[in-house]
Amino acid sequence: MDRLIELMPRLWLSAWETVYLVGIAMVIGGLLGLLLGLALYLTRPGNLLQNRTVFAVLNVIVNTFRPIPFIILLAAVQPLARLVVGTGIGNSAVIFGLVVGSFFAISRIVEQNLLTVQPGVIEAARSVGAGPWRIIRTILIPEALGPLILGYTFIVIAVIDMSAVAGLIGGGGLGNFAIQYGYRLFDPVVTWAAVILIIVLVQFTQVIGNSLARAVMRR
Amino acid sequence: MPLISLTNVTKTYPPRSRNESPTPAVDGVTLDVEQGEIHGIIGYSGAGKSTLVRLINALELPTSGSVTVDGRELTGLKERELRKVRLGIGMIFQQFNLWNSKTVWGNIEYPLAVAGVPKAEHQRRISELLHFVGLVDQAHAYPDQLSGGQKQRVGIARALATNPKILLADEATSALDPETTRDVLGLLRRVNEELGITIVVITHEMEVVRSLAHRVAVMERGRIVEHGDVFDVFSNPQSQAAKRFVAGVVATAPEGETLEALRSRHPGRIVSFAFADGGTGQSAIFLELTRRGVTFELVHGGIDDIRGRTFGTITLALTGDERSIDEALATLTPVATITEAV
Ligand SMILES: Nc1ncnc2c1ncn2[C@@H]1O[C@H](COP(=O)(O)OP(=O)(O)O)[C@@H](O)[C@H]1O
Ligand SMILES: [Mg+2]
Repeated sequence: MDRLIELMPRLWLSAWETVYLVGIAMVIGGLLGLLLGLALYLTRPGNLLQNRTVFAVLNVIVNTFRPIPFIILLAAVQPLARLVVGTGIGNSAVIFGLVVGSFFAISRIVEQNLLTVQPGVIEAARSVGAGPWRIIRTILIPEALGPLILGYTFIVIAVIDMSAVAGLIGGGGLGNFAIQYGYRLFDPVVTWAAVILIIVLVQFTQVIGNSLARAVMRR
Repeated sequence: MPLISLTNVTKTYPPRSRNESPTPAVDGVTLDVEQGEIHGIIGYSGAGKSTLVRLINALELPTSGSVTVDGRELTGLKERELRKVRLGIGMIFQQFNLWNSKTVWGNIEYPLAVAGVPKAEHQRRISELLHFVGLVDQAHAYPDQLSGGQKQRVGIARALATNPKILLADEATSALDPETTRDVLGLLRRVNEELGITIVVITHEMEVVRSLAHRVAVMERGRIVEHGDVFDVFSNPQSQAAKRFVAGVVATAPEGETLEALRSRHPGRIVSFAFADGGTGQSAIFLELTRRGVTFELVHGGIDDIRGRTFGTITLALTGDERSIDEALATLTPVATITEAV
Protein backbone atom coordinates (compact mmCIF):
# COMPACT_ATOMS: atom_id res chain seq x y z
CA MET A 1 0.00 0.00 0.00
CA ASP A 2 2.81 2.37 0.84
CA ARG A 3 4.39 1.68 -2.52
CA LEU A 4 1.12 2.51 -4.24
CA ILE A 5 0.92 5.87 -2.47
CA GLU A 6 4.47 6.50 -3.52
CA LEU A 7 3.62 5.54 -7.12
CA MET A 8 0.42 7.63 -7.25
CA PRO A 9 1.82 10.45 -9.44
CA ARG A 10 3.15 7.84 -11.87
CA LEU A 11 -0.23 6.06 -11.90
CA TRP A 12 -2.06 9.27 -12.79
CA LEU A 13 0.47 10.00 -15.46
CA SER A 14 -0.05 6.52 -16.91
CA ALA A 15 -3.82 6.95 -16.88
CA TRP A 16 -3.42 10.21 -18.74
CA GLU A 17 -1.07 8.48 -21.20
CA THR A 18 -3.68 5.81 -21.91
CA VAL A 19 -6.31 8.47 -22.58
CA TYR A 20 -3.87 10.29 -24.84
CA LEU A 21 -2.75 7.18 -26.79
CA VAL A 22 -6.28 5.93 -27.28
CA GLY A 23 -7.68 9.39 -28.00
CA ILE A 24 -5.21 10.28 -30.76
CA ALA A 25 -5.35 6.78 -32.25
CA MET A 26 -9.15 6.88 -32.32
CA VAL A 27 -9.33 10.28 -33.99
CA ILE A 28 -7.02 9.16 -36.81
CA GLY A 29 -8.08 5.50 -36.98
CA GLY A 30 -11.73 6.45 -36.57
CA LEU A 31 -11.61 8.80 -39.52
CA LEU A 32 -9.67 6.38 -41.75
CA GLY A 33 -11.95 3.53 -40.68
CA LEU A 34 -15.00 5.60 -41.50
CA LEU A 35 -13.66 6.23 -45.00
CA LEU A 36 -12.76 2.59 -45.62
CA GLY A 37 -16.09 1.46 -44.12
CA LEU A 38 -17.95 3.84 -46.42
CA ALA A 39 -15.94 2.56 -49.38
CA LEU A 40 -16.85 -1.04 -48.47
CA TYR A 41 -20.52 -0.13 -48.12
CA LEU A 42 -20.79 2.02 -51.23
CA THR A 43 -18.99 -0.34 -53.61
CA ARG A 44 -20.94 -3.39 -52.45
CA PRO A 45 -23.00 -4.78 -55.39
CA GLY A 46 -26.40 -3.07 -55.50
CA ASN A 47 -25.30 -0.01 -53.53
CA LEU A 48 -24.77 3.63 -54.52
CA LEU A 49 -21.31 3.34 -56.11
CA GLN A 50 -21.29 -0.40 -56.75
CA ASN A 51 -18.07 -1.79 -58.14
CA ARG A 52 -17.47 -5.51 -57.85
CA THR A 53 -13.69 -5.33 -58.31
CA VAL A 54 -13.03 -2.54 -55.82
CA PHE A 55 -15.35 -4.19 -53.31
CA ALA A 56 -13.61 -7.56 -53.66
CA VAL A 57 -10.14 -6.02 -53.30
CA LEU A 58 -11.09 -3.99 -50.20
CA ASN A 59 -12.71 -7.06 -48.71
CA VAL A 60 -9.57 -9.14 -49.11
CA ILE A 61 -7.40 -6.39 -47.61
CA VAL A 62 -9.62 -6.01 -44.56
CA ASN A 63 -9.92 -9.75 -44.05
CA THR A 64 -6.16 -10.14 -44.29
CA PHE A 65 -5.11 -7.53 -41.76
CA ARG A 66 -7.98 -7.52 -39.29
CA PRO A 67 -7.32 -10.86 -37.59
CA ILE A 68 -3.57 -10.28 -36.90
CA PRO A 69 -3.13 -10.33 -33.10
CA PHE A 70 -2.26 -6.81 -31.95
CA ILE A 71 0.83 -7.77 -30.00
CA ILE A 72 2.35 -9.23 -33.19
CA LEU A 73 1.11 -6.40 -35.42
CA LEU A 74 2.66 -3.80 -33.11
CA ALA A 75 6.10 -5.35 -33.56
CA ALA A 76 5.57 -6.07 -37.25
CA VAL A 77 4.69 -2.49 -38.21
CA GLN A 78 7.72 -1.01 -36.44
CA PRO A 79 9.66 -0.42 -39.69
CA LEU A 80 6.59 1.27 -41.18
CA ALA A 81 6.24 3.37 -38.02
CA ARG A 82 9.83 4.57 -38.44
CA LEU A 83 8.92 5.68 -41.94
CA VAL A 84 5.67 7.41 -41.03
CA VAL A 85 6.19 8.87 -37.54
CA GLY A 86 10.00 8.83 -37.55
CA THR A 87 10.47 6.34 -34.71
CA GLY A 88 9.85 2.69 -34.03
CA ILE A 89 9.56 3.04 -30.26
CA GLY A 90 7.73 5.14 -27.70
CA ASN A 91 4.24 6.60 -27.64
CA SER A 92 4.24 7.87 -31.24
CA ALA A 93 5.03 4.40 -32.54
CA VAL A 94 2.33 2.96 -30.26
CA ILE A 95 -0.24 5.40 -31.67
CA PHE A 96 0.79 4.38 -35.16
CA GLY A 97 0.33 0.72 -34.21
CA LEU A 98 -3.07 1.40 -32.63
CA VAL A 99 -4.22 3.23 -35.75
CA VAL A 100 -3.19 0.35 -38.00
CA GLY A 101 -4.64 -2.18 -35.59
CA SER A 102 -8.03 -0.50 -35.21
CA PHE A 103 -8.45 0.84 -38.74
CA PHE A 104 -9.65 -2.42 -40.32
CA ALA A 105 -11.92 -3.37 -37.43
CA ILE A 106 -13.49 0.09 -37.50
CA SER A 107 -14.10 -0.17 -41.25
CA ARG A 108 -15.99 -3.43 -40.74
CA ILE A 109 -18.07 -2.00 -37.93
CA VAL A 110 -18.89 1.10 -40.00
CA GLU A 111 -19.82 -1.08 -42.98
CA GLN A 112 -22.05 -3.34 -40.88
CA ASN A 113 -23.88 -0.41 -39.29
CA LEU A 114 -24.42 1.32 -42.62
CA LEU A 115 -25.91 -1.92 -43.93
CA THR A 116 -28.68 -1.65 -41.31
CA VAL A 117 -30.07 1.39 -43.17
CA GLN A 118 -33.02 0.17 -45.25
CA PRO A 119 -32.28 0.34 -49.00
CA GLY A 120 -35.69 1.96 -49.51
CA VAL A 121 -34.61 4.94 -47.45
CA ILE A 122 -31.68 5.49 -49.84
CA GLU A 123 -33.96 4.95 -52.80
CA ALA A 124 -36.34 7.63 -51.50
CA ALA A 125 -33.42 10.09 -51.46
CA ARG A 126 -32.45 9.09 -55.00
CA SER A 127 -36.06 9.54 -56.09
CA VAL A 128 -36.05 13.21 -55.10
CA GLY A 129 -32.94 13.77 -57.20
CA ALA A 130 -30.21 13.70 -54.53
CA GLY A 131 -26.72 12.67 -55.67
CA PRO A 132 -24.50 10.09 -53.94
CA TRP A 133 -22.39 12.51 -51.88
CA ARG A 134 -25.38 14.41 -50.61
CA ILE A 135 -27.08 11.11 -49.73
CA ILE A 136 -24.02 9.93 -47.80
CA ARG A 137 -23.77 13.14 -45.78
CA THR A 138 -27.44 13.93 -45.21
CA ILE A 139 -29.22 10.56 -45.22
CA LEU A 140 -26.90 7.57 -44.85
CA ILE A 141 -24.78 8.74 -41.91
CA PRO A 142 -27.62 10.46 -39.98
CA GLU A 143 -29.85 7.37 -40.42
CA ALA A 144 -27.10 5.07 -39.09
CA LEU A 145 -25.77 7.46 -36.44
CA GLY A 146 -27.11 5.66 -33.35
CA PRO A 147 -25.62 2.25 -34.22
CA LEU A 148 -22.44 3.96 -35.47
CA ILE A 149 -21.92 5.62 -32.08
CA LEU A 150 -22.41 2.26 -30.34
CA GLY A 151 -19.97 0.65 -32.77
CA TYR A 152 -17.36 3.32 -32.11
CA THR A 153 -17.84 2.93 -28.37
CA PHE A 154 -17.13 -0.77 -28.75
CA ILE A 155 -13.96 0.03 -30.69
CA VAL A 156 -12.72 2.65 -28.18
CA ILE A 157 -12.96 0.02 -25.48
CA ALA A 158 -11.15 -2.52 -27.65
CA VAL A 159 -8.38 0.04 -28.28
CA ILE A 160 -8.03 0.73 -24.54
CA ASP A 161 -7.52 -3.03 -24.23
CA MET A 162 -4.98 -3.07 -27.10
CA SER A 163 -3.04 -0.15 -25.61
CA ALA A 164 -2.14 -2.31 -22.63
CA VAL A 165 0.74 -3.89 -24.55
CA ALA A 166 2.27 -0.52 -25.45
CA GLY A 167 5.21 -1.29 -23.15
CA LEU A 168 6.41 -3.83 -25.69
CA ILE A 169 7.82 -1.05 -27.85
CA GLY A 170 8.54 1.39 -25.07
CA GLY A 171 5.17 3.13 -24.83
CA GLY A 172 3.42 4.10 -21.61
CA GLY A 173 -0.09 3.90 -20.24
CA LEU A 174 -1.87 1.90 -17.57
CA GLY A 175 -1.04 -1.50 -19.04
CA ASN A 176 2.64 -0.71 -19.05
CA PHE A 177 2.37 0.65 -15.49
CA ALA A 178 0.71 -2.54 -14.25
CA ILE A 179 3.37 -4.73 -15.85
CA GLN A 180 6.37 -2.64 -14.95
CA TYR A 181 5.52 -1.68 -11.36
CA GLY A 182 3.01 -4.36 -10.41
CA TYR A 183 3.64 -7.66 -12.17
CA ARG A 184 7.43 -7.48 -12.50
CA LEU A 185 7.89 -6.35 -8.86
CA PHE A 186 5.39 -8.89 -7.46
CA ASP A 187 3.06 -6.20 -6.11
CA PRO A 188 -0.58 -7.19 -6.76
CA VAL A 189 -1.85 -4.03 -5.05
CA VAL A 190 -0.20 -1.89 -7.69
CA THR A 191 -1.41 -4.16 -10.49
CA TRP A 192 -4.95 -3.96 -9.21
CA ALA A 193 -4.85 -0.20 -8.87
CA ALA A 194 -4.13 -0.04 -12.60
CA VAL A 195 -6.82 -2.61 -13.36
CA ILE A 196 -9.39 -0.58 -11.42
CA LEU A 197 -8.49 2.57 -13.31
CA ILE A 198 -8.88 0.74 -16.62
CA ILE A 199 -12.29 -0.56 -15.51
CA VAL A 200 -13.33 2.99 -14.61
CA LEU A 201 -12.13 4.25 -17.98
CA VAL A 202 -14.04 1.54 -19.83
CA GLN A 203 -17.24 2.12 -17.84
CA PHE A 204 -17.02 5.84 -18.41
CA THR A 205 -16.59 5.34 -22.18
CA GLN A 206 -19.56 2.96 -22.32
CA VAL A 207 -21.83 5.32 -20.39
CA ILE A 208 -20.94 8.26 -22.64
CA GLY A 209 -21.44 6.13 -25.77
CA ASN A 210 -24.78 4.77 -24.60
CA SER A 211 -26.19 8.14 -23.69
CA LEU A 212 -25.04 9.75 -26.95
CA ALA A 213 -26.60 6.91 -28.93
CA ARG A 214 -29.79 7.17 -26.91
CA ALA A 215 -29.94 10.89 -27.59
CA VAL A 216 -29.67 10.52 -31.37
CA MET A 217 -32.06 7.55 -31.48
CA ARG A 218 -34.53 9.39 -29.22
CA ARG A 219 -35.20 6.43 -26.95
CA MET B 1 -48.29 13.59 -76.93
CA PRO B 2 -48.35 11.22 -73.95
CA LEU B 3 -46.66 12.47 -70.77
CA ILE B 4 -44.87 9.16 -70.23
CA SER B 5 -44.04 6.90 -73.11
CA LEU B 6 -42.31 3.52 -72.93
CA THR B 7 -41.39 1.86 -76.21
CA ASN B 8 -40.27 -1.75 -76.32
CA VAL B 9 -38.60 -1.47 -72.94
CA THR B 10 -36.71 -4.44 -71.57
CA LYS B 11 -34.84 -4.63 -68.27
CA THR B 12 -32.73 -7.66 -67.51
CA TYR B 13 -30.91 -7.97 -64.20
CA PRO B 14 -27.76 -10.04 -64.00
CA PRO B 15 -28.67 -13.54 -62.77
CA ARG B 16 -28.29 -14.10 -59.04
CA SER B 17 -26.13 -17.18 -59.52
CA ARG B 18 -23.99 -18.49 -62.36
CA ASN B 19 -26.16 -21.42 -63.37
CA GLU B 20 -29.28 -19.29 -63.75
CA SER B 21 -30.04 -17.80 -67.11
CA PRO B 22 -31.07 -14.14 -66.92
CA THR B 23 -34.81 -13.61 -67.27
CA PRO B 24 -36.01 -10.09 -68.00
CA ALA B 25 -37.90 -8.39 -65.16
CA VAL B 26 -39.56 -6.16 -67.77
CA ASP B 27 -39.92 -7.70 -71.21
CA GLY B 28 -40.65 -5.58 -74.26
CA VAL B 29 -43.16 -3.22 -72.68
CA THR B 30 -44.80 -0.47 -74.70
CA LEU B 31 -47.02 1.83 -72.67
CA ASP B 32 -48.29 5.39 -72.83
CA VAL B 33 -49.54 7.42 -69.88
CA GLU B 34 -51.53 10.52 -70.75
CA GLN B 35 -51.26 13.88 -69.04
CA GLY B 36 -53.77 14.13 -66.17
CA GLU B 37 -54.81 10.49 -65.91
CA ILE B 38 -54.47 7.99 -63.09
CA HIS B 39 -52.95 4.95 -64.68
CA GLY B 40 -52.99 1.64 -62.81
CA ILE B 41 -50.51 -1.19 -63.28
CA ILE B 42 -51.65 -4.42 -61.69
CA GLY B 43 -49.91 -7.75 -61.42
CA TYR B 44 -48.91 -10.40 -58.93
CA SER B 45 -45.70 -10.21 -56.93
CA GLY B 46 -42.67 -10.59 -59.20
CA ALA B 47 -44.53 -9.49 -62.34
CA GLY B 48 -42.08 -6.62 -62.84
CA LYS B 49 -44.25 -3.70 -61.70
CA SER B 50 -41.69 -2.09 -59.40
CA THR B 51 -38.99 -2.42 -62.03
CA LEU B 52 -41.27 -0.82 -64.62
CA VAL B 53 -42.13 2.15 -62.43
CA ARG B 54 -38.43 2.65 -61.55
CA LEU B 55 -37.66 2.94 -65.24
CA ILE B 56 -39.95 5.96 -65.41
CA ASN B 57 -37.94 7.98 -62.89
CA ALA B 58 -34.65 6.46 -64.01
CA LEU B 59 -33.88 4.75 -60.71
CA GLU B 60 -33.24 1.85 -63.10
CA LEU B 61 -32.02 2.21 -66.67
CA PRO B 62 -33.49 0.00 -69.39
CA THR B 63 -31.40 -2.74 -70.98
CA SER B 64 -33.04 -1.81 -74.27
CA GLY B 65 -35.93 0.29 -75.51
CA SER B 66 -36.77 3.91 -74.88
CA VAL B 67 -38.37 5.82 -72.04
CA THR B 68 -39.67 9.33 -72.68
CA VAL B 69 -40.96 11.58 -69.91
CA ASP B 70 -42.54 14.92 -70.69
CA GLY B 71 -41.05 14.90 -74.17
CA ARG B 72 -37.57 14.06 -72.92
CA GLU B 73 -35.79 10.85 -73.88
CA LEU B 74 -34.15 9.41 -70.73
CA THR B 75 -31.79 6.89 -72.30
CA GLY B 76 -28.43 8.47 -72.88
CA LEU B 77 -28.87 11.22 -70.29
CA LYS B 78 -26.04 11.71 -67.79
CA GLU B 79 -26.62 10.93 -64.12
CA ARG B 80 -26.59 14.66 -63.33
CA GLU B 81 -29.38 15.29 -65.85
CA LEU B 82 -31.34 12.28 -64.64
CA ARG B 83 -31.35 13.85 -61.16
CA LYS B 84 -33.10 16.89 -62.60
CA VAL B 85 -35.67 14.62 -64.24
CA ARG B 86 -36.29 12.94 -60.87
CA LEU B 87 -37.02 16.31 -59.30
CA GLY B 88 -40.06 16.51 -61.57
CA ILE B 89 -41.34 13.06 -60.60
CA GLY B 90 -42.55 12.29 -57.07
CA MET B 91 -42.54 8.75 -55.70
CA ILE B 92 -44.24 7.05 -52.76
CA PHE B 93 -43.55 3.58 -51.44
CA GLN B 94 -45.20 0.62 -49.74
CA GLN B 95 -42.88 0.90 -46.72
CA PHE B 96 -43.12 4.74 -46.81
CA ASN B 97 -39.30 5.04 -46.70
CA LEU B 98 -39.34 8.14 -44.53
CA TRP B 99 -36.10 9.35 -42.95
CA ASN B 100 -36.28 8.56 -39.25
CA SER B 101 -33.46 10.96 -38.41
CA LYS B 102 -35.59 13.87 -39.66
CA THR B 103 -38.90 15.26 -38.45
CA VAL B 104 -41.98 15.39 -40.67
CA TRP B 105 -40.93 18.94 -41.49
CA GLY B 106 -37.38 17.81 -42.29
CA ASN B 107 -38.63 15.01 -44.53
CA ILE B 108 -40.68 17.44 -46.60
CA GLU B 109 -37.93 20.05 -46.66
CA TYR B 110 -35.30 17.67 -48.02
CA PRO B 111 -36.46 17.63 -51.66
CA LEU B 112 -36.71 21.44 -51.54
CA ALA B 113 -33.09 21.63 -50.44
CA VAL B 114 -32.05 19.18 -53.16
CA ALA B 115 -33.91 21.24 -55.76
CA GLY B 116 -32.16 24.38 -54.55
CA VAL B 117 -35.36 26.18 -53.56
CA PRO B 118 -34.32 29.27 -51.53
CA LYS B 119 -34.64 28.70 -47.79
CA ALA B 120 -36.98 31.66 -47.40
CA GLU B 121 -39.63 29.82 -49.42
CA HIS B 122 -39.45 26.54 -47.49
CA GLN B 123 -41.73 27.62 -44.64
CA ARG B 124 -44.60 28.61 -46.94
CA ARG B 125 -44.32 25.55 -49.18
CA ILE B 126 -44.06 23.06 -46.30
CA SER B 127 -47.05 24.43 -44.41
CA GLU B 128 -49.04 24.44 -47.64
CA LEU B 129 -48.24 20.75 -48.09
CA LEU B 130 -48.95 19.92 -44.44
CA HIS B 131 -52.38 21.52 -44.83
CA PHE B 132 -53.03 19.64 -48.04
CA VAL B 133 -52.29 16.23 -46.47
CA GLY B 134 -53.86 17.18 -43.11
CA LEU B 135 -50.81 16.87 -40.87
CA VAL B 136 -50.28 20.41 -39.60
CA ASP B 137 -50.13 19.23 -35.97
CA GLN B 138 -47.46 16.61 -36.68
CA ALA B 139 -44.88 18.92 -38.27
CA HIS B 140 -42.34 18.37 -35.51
CA ALA B 141 -43.03 14.69 -34.87
CA TYR B 142 -40.60 12.00 -35.98
CA PRO B 143 -41.80 9.29 -38.40
CA ASP B 144 -41.65 6.55 -35.75
CA GLN B 145 -44.27 8.48 -33.75
CA LEU B 146 -46.81 8.33 -36.60
CA SER B 147 -49.40 5.74 -37.69
CA GLY B 148 -49.10 4.03 -41.07
CA GLY B 149 -51.66 6.31 -42.67
CA GLN B 150 -49.94 9.41 -41.34
CA LYS B 151 -46.58 8.13 -42.61
CA GLN B 152 -47.97 7.73 -46.10
CA ARG B 153 -49.39 11.26 -45.92
CA VAL B 154 -45.90 12.52 -45.12
CA GLY B 155 -44.62 10.42 -48.03
CA ILE B 156 -47.14 12.10 -50.32
CA ALA B 157 -46.27 15.59 -49.04
CA ARG B 158 -42.56 14.85 -49.55
CA ALA B 159 -43.19 13.54 -53.08
CA LEU B 160 -45.19 16.66 -53.98
CA ALA B 161 -42.77 19.17 -52.45
CA THR B 162 -41.10 20.22 -55.69
CA ASN B 163 -44.37 20.47 -57.65
CA PRO B 164 -43.81 17.42 -59.83
CA LYS B 165 -45.99 16.69 -62.86
CA ILE B 166 -45.98 12.97 -62.14
CA LEU B 167 -46.50 10.92 -58.99
CA LEU B 168 -45.42 7.27 -58.94
CA ALA B 169 -47.09 5.14 -56.26
CA ASP B 170 -45.51 1.71 -55.73
CA GLU B 171 -47.95 -0.36 -53.65
CA ALA B 172 -48.63 2.78 -51.63
CA THR B 173 -51.56 1.28 -49.72
CA SER B 174 -50.46 -2.35 -49.47
CA ALA B 175 -49.19 -1.95 -45.90
CA LEU B 176 -52.33 -0.16 -44.70
CA ASP B 177 -55.62 -1.40 -43.25
CA PRO B 178 -58.78 -1.04 -45.38
CA GLU B 179 -60.00 2.16 -43.75
CA THR B 180 -56.63 3.91 -43.97
CA THR B 181 -56.34 2.65 -47.54
CA ARG B 182 -59.59 4.45 -48.38
CA ASP B 183 -58.28 7.68 -46.83
CA VAL B 184 -55.00 7.52 -48.72
CA LEU B 185 -56.75 6.66 -52.00
CA GLY B 186 -59.01 9.66 -51.40
CA LEU B 187 -55.97 11.84 -50.92
CA LEU B 188 -54.40 10.52 -54.14
CA ARG B 189 -57.63 11.31 -55.98
CA ARG B 190 -57.37 14.90 -54.71
CA VAL B 191 -53.75 15.05 -55.85
CA ASN B 192 -54.99 14.16 -59.32
CA GLU B 193 -58.14 16.28 -59.42
CA GLU B 194 -57.10 19.39 -57.50
CA LEU B 195 -53.44 19.57 -58.47
CA GLY B 196 -53.73 18.02 -61.91
CA ILE B 197 -50.87 15.60 -61.25
CA THR B 198 -50.61 12.49 -63.39
CA ILE B 199 -50.41 9.37 -61.22
CA VAL B 200 -49.07 5.91 -61.98
CA VAL B 201 -50.39 3.46 -59.38
CA ILE B 202 -48.73 0.10 -58.97
CA THR B 203 -50.74 -2.46 -57.05
CA HIS B 204 -51.66 -6.11 -56.72
CA GLU B 205 -55.11 -5.17 -55.45
CA MET B 206 -57.89 -4.80 -58.04
CA GLU B 207 -59.88 -2.77 -55.52
CA VAL B 208 -57.26 -0.01 -55.70
CA VAL B 209 -57.45 0.08 -59.50
CA ARG B 210 -61.21 0.10 -59.46
CA SER B 211 -61.60 2.96 -57.02
CA LEU B 212 -58.78 5.13 -58.34
CA ALA B 213 -57.58 4.47 -61.87
CA HIS B 214 -58.92 5.58 -65.22
CA ARG B 215 -56.91 3.13 -67.25
CA VAL B 216 -55.08 -0.03 -66.26
CA ALA B 217 -52.34 -2.28 -67.59
CA VAL B 218 -52.24 -5.88 -66.43
CA MET B 219 -48.71 -7.25 -66.06
CA GLU B 220 -47.58 -10.85 -66.02
CA ARG B 221 -43.99 -12.12 -66.19
CA GLY B 222 -42.60 -8.78 -67.30
CA ARG B 223 -45.13 -8.26 -70.07
CA ILE B 224 -48.29 -6.22 -70.38
CA VAL B 225 -50.98 -8.76 -71.18
CA GLU B 226 -53.95 -6.41 -71.19
CA HIS B 227 -54.34 -2.67 -71.35
CA GLY B 228 -57.39 -0.46 -71.45
CA ASP B 229 -60.06 1.54 -69.78
CA VAL B 230 -60.70 0.30 -66.24
CA PHE B 231 -64.40 -0.13 -66.98
CA ASP B 232 -63.69 -2.26 -70.05
CA VAL B 233 -61.16 -4.45 -68.28
CA PHE B 234 -63.55 -5.00 -65.37
CA SER B 235 -66.68 -5.61 -67.39
CA ASN B 236 -65.05 -7.65 -70.09
CA PRO B 237 -61.57 -8.96 -69.16
CA GLN B 238 -59.76 -10.68 -72.04
CA SER B 239 -56.59 -12.22 -70.62
CA GLN B 240 -56.47 -15.04 -68.06
CA ALA B 241 -54.60 -12.76 -65.67
CA ALA B 242 -57.18 -9.99 -65.92
CA LYS B 243 -60.01 -12.49 -65.46
CA ARG B 244 -58.42 -13.79 -62.27
CA PHE B 245 -57.99 -10.29 -60.88
CA VAL B 246 -61.55 -9.28 -61.77
CA ALA B 247 -63.01 -12.48 -60.33
CA GLY B 248 -61.43 -11.58 -57.02
CA VAL B 249 -63.50 -8.44 -56.61
CA VAL B 250 -66.67 -8.83 -58.65
CA ALA B 251 -68.99 -11.81 -58.94
CA THR B 252 -68.55 -13.48 -62.32
CA ALA B 253 -70.07 -16.66 -63.77
CA PRO B 254 -69.68 -19.44 -61.16
CA GLU B 255 -67.06 -22.12 -61.74
CA GLY B 256 -65.66 -25.14 -59.97
CA GLU B 257 -66.79 -25.71 -56.40
CA THR B 258 -69.15 -22.74 -56.42
CA LEU B 259 -70.90 -24.16 -59.43
CA GLU B 260 -71.10 -27.66 -57.90
CA ALA B 261 -72.67 -26.20 -54.76
CA LEU B 262 -75.24 -24.28 -56.80
CA ARG B 263 -76.11 -27.37 -58.82
CA SER B 264 -76.70 -29.50 -55.77
CA ARG B 265 -79.00 -26.89 -54.27
CA HIS B 266 -80.94 -25.80 -57.34
CA PRO B 267 -82.76 -27.86 -59.95
CA GLY B 268 -82.89 -26.59 -63.52
CA ARG B 269 -80.38 -24.95 -65.83
CA ILE B 270 -77.77 -22.62 -64.43
CA VAL B 271 -77.38 -19.66 -66.78
CA SER B 272 -75.22 -16.52 -66.32
CA PHE B 273 -76.04 -13.17 -67.92
CA ALA B 274 -73.20 -10.64 -68.11
CA PHE B 275 -73.98 -7.10 -69.13
CA ALA B 276 -72.22 -3.79 -69.19
CA ASP B 277 -73.51 -0.24 -69.25
CA GLY B 278 -77.18 0.63 -69.19
CA GLY B 279 -79.75 -0.57 -66.71
CA THR B 280 -82.10 -2.13 -69.29
CA GLY B 281 -80.35 -5.49 -69.26
CA GLN B 282 -81.84 -6.87 -66.11
CA SER B 283 -85.47 -5.92 -66.60
CA ALA B 284 -85.36 -7.20 -70.19
CA ILE B 285 -84.15 -10.57 -68.92
CA PHE B 286 -86.81 -10.89 -66.23
CA LEU B 287 -89.63 -9.73 -68.56
CA GLU B 288 -88.66 -12.17 -71.29
CA LEU B 289 -88.44 -15.13 -68.91
CA THR B 290 -91.78 -14.32 -67.31
CA ARG B 291 -93.42 -13.86 -70.72
CA ARG B 292 -92.35 -17.38 -71.73
CA GLY B 293 -93.48 -18.90 -68.46
CA VAL B 294 -89.95 -19.81 -67.32
CA THR B 295 -89.48 -19.91 -63.55
CA PHE B 296 -86.26 -18.37 -62.37
CA GLU B 297 -84.35 -17.93 -59.20
CA LEU B 298 -81.38 -15.58 -58.65
CA VAL B 299 -78.63 -17.85 -57.31
CA HIS B 300 -75.35 -15.95 -57.76
CA GLY B 301 -73.83 -12.72 -58.98
CA GLY B 302 -73.90 -9.01 -58.46
CA ILE B 303 -73.96 -5.59 -60.02
CA ASP B 304 -71.03 -3.19 -59.76
CA ASP B 305 -70.32 0.29 -60.83
CA ILE B 306 -67.19 2.16 -61.80
CA ARG B 307 -67.57 5.94 -61.80
CA GLY B 308 -71.28 5.74 -62.53
CA ARG B 309 -71.18 3.04 -65.18
CA THR B 310 -72.76 -0.25 -64.14
CA PHE B 311 -71.84 -3.76 -65.11
CA GLY B 312 -72.29 -7.17 -63.63
CA THR B 313 -73.13 -10.82 -63.93
CA ILE B 314 -76.26 -12.44 -62.58
CA THR B 315 -76.69 -16.18 -62.51
CA LEU B 316 -80.18 -17.71 -62.57
CA ALA B 317 -81.48 -21.20 -62.09
CA LEU B 318 -84.14 -21.70 -64.79
CA THR B 319 -86.89 -24.28 -64.66
CA GLY B 320 -89.71 -24.85 -67.10
CA ASP B 321 -90.32 -26.04 -70.61
CA GLU B 322 -86.94 -26.67 -72.32
CA ARG B 323 -88.01 -25.09 -75.61
CA SER B 324 -89.29 -21.93 -73.91
CA ILE B 325 -85.97 -21.59 -72.12
CA ASP B 326 -84.02 -21.99 -75.38
CA GLU B 327 -86.19 -19.44 -77.12
CA ALA B 328 -85.90 -16.96 -74.26
CA LEU B 329 -82.10 -17.28 -74.26
CA ALA B 330 -82.00 -16.78 -78.03
CA THR B 331 -84.07 -13.61 -77.73
CA LEU B 332 -81.84 -12.26 -74.97
CA THR B 333 -78.54 -12.74 -76.80
CA PRO B 334 -78.34 -9.09 -77.89
CA VAL B 335 -79.03 -7.85 -74.35
CA ALA B 336 -76.36 -9.75 -72.41
CA THR B 337 -73.46 -12.14 -72.79
CA ILE B 338 -75.03 -15.48 -71.91
CA THR B 339 -73.13 -18.52 -70.68
CA GLU B 340 -74.80 -21.70 -69.58
CA ALA B 341 -73.04 -23.99 -67.14
CA VAL B 342 -72.67 -27.47 -68.62
N1 LIG C 1 -32.22 -5.38 -58.20
C1 LIG C 1 -32.60 -6.57 -58.70
N2 LIG C 1 -31.68 -7.50 -59.02
C2 LIG C 1 -32.03 -8.70 -59.54
N3 LIG C 1 -33.30 -9.07 -59.79
C3 LIG C 1 -34.28 -8.20 -59.48
C4 LIG C 1 -33.98 -6.90 -58.92
N4 LIG C 1 -35.16 -6.25 -58.73
C5 LIG C 1 -36.13 -7.09 -59.14
N5 LIG C 1 -35.61 -8.26 -59.60
C6 LIG C 1 -36.38 -9.39 -60.16
O1 LIG C 1 -37.20 -8.91 -61.19
C7 LIG C 1 -38.48 -9.51 -61.13
C8 LIG C 1 -39.55 -8.43 -61.02
O2 LIG C 1 -39.45 -7.79 -59.77
P1 LIG C 1 -40.32 -6.54 -59.37
O3 LIG C 1 -40.20 -5.52 -60.44
O4 LIG C 1 -39.92 -6.13 -58.00
O5 LIG C 1 -41.78 -7.14 -59.37
P2 LIG C 1 -43.11 -6.66 -58.63
O6 LIG C 1 -42.92 -5.24 -58.17
O7 LIG C 1 -44.17 -6.81 -59.66
O8 LIG C 1 -43.32 -7.59 -57.49
C9 LIG C 1 -38.47 -10.46 -59.97
O9 LIG C 1 -38.23 -11.75 -60.44
C10 LIG C 1 -37.31 -9.98 -59.12
O10 LIG C 1 -36.72 -11.05 -58.44
MG1 LIG D 1 -43.04 -4.46 -56.24
